[in-house]
Amino acid sequence: MLAWTIYLSFLGAAAARFAPSKQLARIVALLTAVTGFALTIVALIHWQPGELLTVARIPWIPQLGIEYHLAADGISMTVLLLTGIAAIAGILFSWNIEHRTQEFFAFYLVLIGGVYGVFLSFDLFLLFVFYEIAIIPKYFLIAIWGSVPREAAGGANPGAAREYAAMKLAIYSFAGSALVLAGMAAVWTLSPGHSLSLETLSQVPFSTHFQMAAFPMVFVGFAVLAGMWPFHTWAPTGHAAAPTAASMLLAGVVMKLGAYGCLRVAMMLFPRGLDPWGFHFLGLGSWRDVFAVLAVIGIVYGASVALVQRDFKFVIGYSSVSHMGFVLLGLMTLTQIGLDGAVFQMFSHGIIAGLLFAVVGRMVYDRTHTRDFAQLEPMGLARVIPFAAVTFILASVASIGMPGFSGFIAEFQVLVGAWHSIPWTAIVAGIGILVGIAFTWRALTKAFFGEPTPAAAHDHPLPPITLPEKCGAILLLATTLAVGLYPRVLTDLILPTLNSPLFHGLRTGAWR
Amino acid sequence: MITILTLFPLVGGLAVLALSRARTAARALSLAVAAATLIMALLIWRVFEPARFGMQFQDFHQWAPSLGIAYHTGVDGLGVLMITLAAIVTLMSLVASWSNQKLTPVFCALVLFLEAGLIGTFTALNFVHWFIFWELSLIPAFFLIRLYGGSGRARASMQFFLYTMVGSIALLLAFLAIFLATGRFDFLDLTRLAQAGQLTPALANLHWPGTNAHIAQLLFWAAFLGFAVKTPVVPFHTWLPAAYAEAPSEATMVLTGAMSKMGIYGFLRILLPIFPEQMQQARTPLLILAVASIVLPAFAAWVQKDLKRTFAYSSVNHLGYCVLGVCAATQLTEMRLSPEKAAALTGVLLQIFSHALTAALLFWTIALLERRTGGLRGVEEFGGLRRVTPVFAGLMGITIFASLGLPGLSGFPGEFLIFKGSFPLATWATVVSVLGLLMTAVFLLTVIQKVFSGPVNPRWQSMPDLTTAERLTLAPAIALMFVLGLYPQLITGMIHATIAQWATGVGF
Repeated sequence: MLAWTIYLSFLGAAAARFAPSKQLARIVALLTAVTGFALTIVALIHWQPGELLTVARIPWIPQLGIEYHLAADGISMTVLLLTGIAAIAGILFSWNIEHRTQEFFAFYLVLIGGVYGVFLSFDLFLLFVFYEIAIIPKYFLIAIWGSVPREAAGGANPGAAREYAAMKLAIYSFAGSALVLAGMAAVWTLSPGHSLSLETLSQVPFSTHFQMAAFPMVFVGFAVLAGMWPFHTWAPTGHAAAPTAASMLLAGVVMKLGAYGCLRVAMMLFPRGLDPWGFHFLGLGSWRDVFAVLAVIGIVYGASVALVQRDFKFVIGYSSVSHMGFVLLGLMTLTQIGLDGAVFQMFSHGIIAGLLFAVVGRMVYDRTHTRDFAQLEPMGLARVIPFAAVTFILASVASIGMPGFSGFIAEFQVLVGAWHSIPWTAIVAGIGILVGIAFTWRALTKAFFGEPTPAAAHDHPLPPITLPEKCGAILLLATTLAVGLYPRVLTDLILPTLNSPLFHGLRTGAWR
Repeated sequence: MITILTLFPLVGGLAVLALSRARTAARALSLAVAAATLIMALLIWRVFEPARFGMQFQDFHQWAPSLGIAYHTGVDGLGVLMITLAAIVTLMSLVASWSNQKLTPVFCALVLFLEAGLIGTFTALNFVHWFIFWELSLIPAFFLIRLYGGSGRARASMQFFLYTMVGSIALLLAFLAIFLATGRFDFLDLTRLAQAGQLTPALANLHWPGTNAHIAQLLFWAAFLGFAVKTPVVPFHTWLPAAYAEAPSEATMVLTGAMSKMGIYGFLRILLPIFPEQMQQARTPLLILAVASIVLPAFAAWVQKDLKRTFAYSSVNHLGYCVLGVCAATQLTEMRLSPEKAAALTGVLLQIFSHALTAALLFWTIALLERRTGGLRGVEEFGGLRRVTPVFAGLMGITIFASLGLPGLSGFPGEFLIFKGSFPLATWATVVSVLGLLMTAVFLLTVIQKVFSGPVNPRWQSMPDLTTAERLTLAPAIALMFVLGLYPQLITGMIHATIAQWATGVGF
């Protein structure tokens, strides 16, 4: 039944494309997303802790050992829930799209379908197929509906800037995929019986030598999409150029595709790849050290760059790089609490980043048609659109890791894990959090609490916040708050799975 | 019960926001909420059993067990005192703001949010749960200054926010380190560990280069910084005069009356029980800081031109007595239960309560004065108000005398007990502090002299005296000052079990 989340999204896409009216297309899209989320909830109710729920398993290309194998464990469930919520919120925040509405929602739902597919695939080839399916609609969403203000385009034609961002995203994604594809081919060749089922492969003890070589390749391939420094540069431009709903999905879900791939494929199949090399180079003794270093650089670098942006949306774009650094750091801690934190952070950041982009892109930009702090400051937006200000304040405190919101539980678990495994990374990441507070604060005060000049205040009254926006904001806020106050909703999914046979290889390595 | 008490002003504040179109109704609702909160706090006061050791009204729910985080509330004598005080001061502030048209219903809602934050801080017993409220109370306070303050409000609110934030981060780091070493966040668990002498050795688990004793000392200073900024202790006080002076007086009532007590509360709930050894080792520098907080602000208050700044410095000075009392009580004594320690700590609690009342009343009277003068409040700009507005001068005079500790009024028993207890424990510090006491009297009397006596300033010849409504609303608070001055057992009766715990380290 869970498989219907995928089919339904594709069916919904077709229905939205050929819907006779724009309003109908919106409603179809919303219904599709809500049903997908409901299906996930129903599956979740029947799911046993730690179980690997097989959804479908039929041979597809038997000559190559490729199966149509869909299954879900607790980690998939977590990201499936995230996808459902983010999809609904994204549709609510793109309710005002009037330009080629039907096509917009069609592409949107194809993207959602691809994402559901990746999260449900337990066959490496199938996962790869869905991964590629998800890239295509992203390109068109940015290139056609993207938002690039003239000043951000540097005087260039905004259309060209959109296509630049879209192309950059596509090229980075495909380059990452190429690495993954190479790794996949190697695995297929070496695996006994030429299987590509993740369930089977996770029990295959590949030689340590091979794992050491394959692990970094596949990990980097996926980590590109997770925004790992120094392969993150697609993220800020892509996020900033995308239309609101697409930025929400990009930061909220697509970056998680990368992180999910890192854990599900690279780490689950090649746990020995994380073992020490036996020698030290620049003080680094294993791939684990290397990626932990890159992760903390990403955390601090993303936050520092966000601190000096002049464009509101770029601030959030770089903040995503910083927060995704916590996911990667959590994975590299190889502790139960750190990995739990990493998966938790995937969920949490998906919700919070979606909310931030919704405020910036939909609530502010669609009304003021500028994202430049210098222009936003004299508007004193807190008095003009107080709902947006309140939403952004709450999203900000959630984002900086205020206890009570999901971000705290996630980042704190990562920090504790890091402290127990590679202590200095915890300290540097802690500094990153402080910089995070600084840039969030700066963006908040500049965008909403500037001193209003009389001219700017009465120039053009802004349209009020609409009902779909309010619903979307409340949905996301309620989610981050609920998970923050009752984290067992997610930890009860994640922890039993980390202790399941799938991750046996990982647990017997450097695991604590 | 405590959960309801905490959430009630929060929900009430939201309701006030929702009603904000209808100004009068919203204000009336905010008053009703504050009054109901006070009644609930008094109910807790009534049901609380003062003779029992330990926490009462405890409520415990797991939250994130893997991180040692739980929802844990409870009150002891200190907690009961603090929530009552917060409820009283909030009600006073809302009553005072009733007739000030500049303060919209949003103001009332923010004050109620602040109250919820304060009550939460005073009742939470798990660090993370506590820290949420500690930080949350910062947000309404920030906006109270930022949205309703005077001309320098942007700078003042920013300075206030940054100072407290830096302190909070130091505090957070200290507790993160403690958590990483012990796996615990619960104040009661940590207190038990510390009192059994196990906390310092446990910090060895931190895998930190350097000796254990030093790390424990470092953590103590980090936590101290958090509370020192909030209280404030000299030299971390520089945010305070600007913040208090820029905030509307009605908001300053809550800031000084209740919010500044968060710092002292931290000293008593966290530093004293959890870092007993470290406090003893750091005793001399702590006492120097306490003495500096008493003496220097008293001089500073003397030379201020702005009444609000005078009373802002006076607030630092008065809380300095509390810090002195707490630091003196860290002295190792031969007997486990030393009467001096008990006296000093009892004095601290009395002083907390009394200062809340008097400081809130002082800023209330300034609010009344500002309303009559259109915002003017320079010390030099008045004169002879005693003849023009005798009732106002009389009531403000009583408050000032209560503030400087005249026997019979609420300020006296607290300060007297602090000095009585501290003298044998920390003789030289107490002696120097007496100088501060003298200066306190000097600057407060200077205010009386310049504002109330002397020739009548012709400009204020026709200033109206207090209206009947203003007199009636001020009266209960003034009466309470007399009651506490004459019958301090009202408070001491509530707290002796708590004091005995702190003074002996037993019964946690």
